[in-house]
Amino acid sequence: MENRIKIKLGTADKVILAAGYTLLGLFVLAIAVPLVYVVIASFMDPNVLNNQGISFHFKDWTADAYRRVLENDMIWRGFANSLFYSAAFTLISVFITLLAAYPMSKKEFVGRKFFNIIFVITMFFNGGMIPTFILINQLHMVNTIWAILLPGAVNVWNLILARTYYQSTPKELREASAIDGATEVQHFFKILMPVCKPIIAVLALYSFVGMWNSYFDAMIYLNDAELQPLQLVLRSILVQNTPQPGMIADIQSTAEMAKVAELLKYATIVVSSLPLLIMYPFFQKYFDSGIMVGSVKG
Amino acid sequence: MKVKTCGKPQQSTAEKLTGKWKYVKKNWQLYLIFLLPALLLTIIFKYFPMGGVLIAFEDYNVIEGVLGSPWVGLDYFRRFLSSPDFMSYLLNTLKLSIYGLLWGFPIPIILALLLNRIRRTGIKKKIQLLIYAPNFISVIVLCGMVRMFLSPVGPINQVLGIDTNWMTMPSAFRTIYIASGIWQAAGWASIMYTAALSNASKDLEEAAIVDGANVLQQIWYVELPAIKNIIVIQFILQAGNIMSIGFEKAYALQTDMNLPASEILSTYVYRIGLLNGDYGYSTAVGLFNSVINVILLIVVNFVVSKLNEGEGL
Repeated sequence: MENRIKIKLGTADKVILAAGYTLLGLFVLAIAVPLVYVVIASFMDPNVLNNQGISFHFKDWTADAYRRVLENDMIWRGFANSLFYSAAFTLISVFITLLAAYPMSKKEFVGRKFFNIIFVITMFFNGGMIPTFILINQLHMVNTIWAILLPGAVNVWNLILARTYYQSTPKELREASAIDGATEVQHFFKILMPVCKPIIAVLALYSFVGMWNSYFDAMIYLNDAELQPLQLVLRSILVQNTPQPGMIADIQSTAEMAKVAELLKYATIVVSSLPLLIMYPFFQKYFDSGIMVGSVKG
Repeated sequence: MKVKTCGKPQQSTAEKLTGKWKYVKKNWQLYLIFLLPALLLTIIFKYFPMGGVLIAFEDYNVIEGVLGSPWVGLDYFRRFLSSPDFMSYLLNTLKLSIYGLLWGFPIPIILALLLNRIRRTGIKKKIQLLIYAPNFISVIVLCGMVRMFLSPVGPINQVLGIDTNWMTMPSAFRTIYIASGIWQAAGWASIMYTAALSNASKDLEEAAIVDGANVLQQIWYVELPAIKNIIVIQFILQAGNIMSIGFEKAYALQTDMNLPASEILSTYVYRIGLLNGDYGYSTAVGLFNSVINVILLIVVNFVVSKLNEGEGL
């Protein structure tokens, strides 16, 4: 690293670099300020928050909002549902995608072009919202978890990523295992998968985050409140402006209720976003390798 | 490949077929175990609904089904193409995504070029970690934050000392949508360019510096060429998806008052199709949307590959 040659900067360069760093600094601030604001606001006293916004007098701080949010059953049920849906979806989707990408990575695979076209077409053209809805209805999958787990399970983009990654592994691996008499299945699980950890990690992260953060499928297919994922609970609190009744049942005046409801939104955001925000840094080392695969032409 | 063909005379079609059949038989695992699950799911959940677009030409009813319902031809298409509402939703869709592309596309590239100038990896890693964070916040939470920040009693109005209700203003919708989109996605989108830049030849860069290239020249002659291909692919993909702008965010930012700017084709299809039950008409709108999308993708790919010396997608 340190053998980099010394760079002499001209005045013009200095100005450009200074402007560039300022720009980057502003961008970083623009990202950080709203996030920090939400966290601080979630600890405010509802009256202070309503009258003057956040304050740094610690006597105005309270964890009351968190108590109310964490005591709410709907939030917990939403969490449990979302965790289950995301984990199940990740397992199914990544497994099926990794499997399908394997034959597609072989140049000599008969029918490769044909199957490739079959998959790629679905990236750019689909039946649309209503025909899909009618199909799910006819399959009697409404109000079952299958309606949100299966239709999106084959992710063609991920399939291309996995395929490209396999192609970057040495071809000799398969030649050697074939000499040892390994079948394709044995080769896939015992030899190939262990060297594909980075791409598996990236695909798993994509699938998990995608399912955790989406709400459309659940909104149209899961009408049963028991089945609703976290995002739908959040939607009624944050977007439709209807706090969970249990959260503010003890408050008497309507004006007070409105203030607390506003405060609760901040705490709800922190509680619901924290798991992913804590999780993703552990995947950072995989980002570069996994993403680079994606930028190679598929 | 060459070794195989050069010794033999031309294979007949029959021989080729038996050769292929032998391959399939020998490698049945590849077809039945590896490919089949994905293929079945794709056929059921992607291709069956494609057949379902037939209801765009039918007076669909549940009892008679997709194949039995009476035919109405292009009635729905005539109906929405002559409707002023539809035209304004189409324009909303186009404006939202084209402006979104124009504002949103260059920013990740600029970010990556700036990050590439930071030589201390510790700081660079920390900045990256922070700017990726919004990508992991859900659409609902993002829209919730936007709504709270912009509410009449929210922090933005508190700072400005006014009480404008931004979420009810059609004129503010596009700015809100695009700015919040950049806030959420630009950092994450820069990752690809950053990775490509860090793989770019350091020798070339150092040679440029020795030759006295200034910062702008280094960017122009060394760094941009290193990421040109990725820029092209990203542009084709994004421009090709102009018509398929997402449902989830637009719907979560809609209020009754900002609908004149915020109703786009996908939310319109949802409203008339699933909420009002007009399946045929809404499927026709959806189909129109998809077809335009495919045409756009082909056109953009064609134009870019012409401009880029034959290199398209």
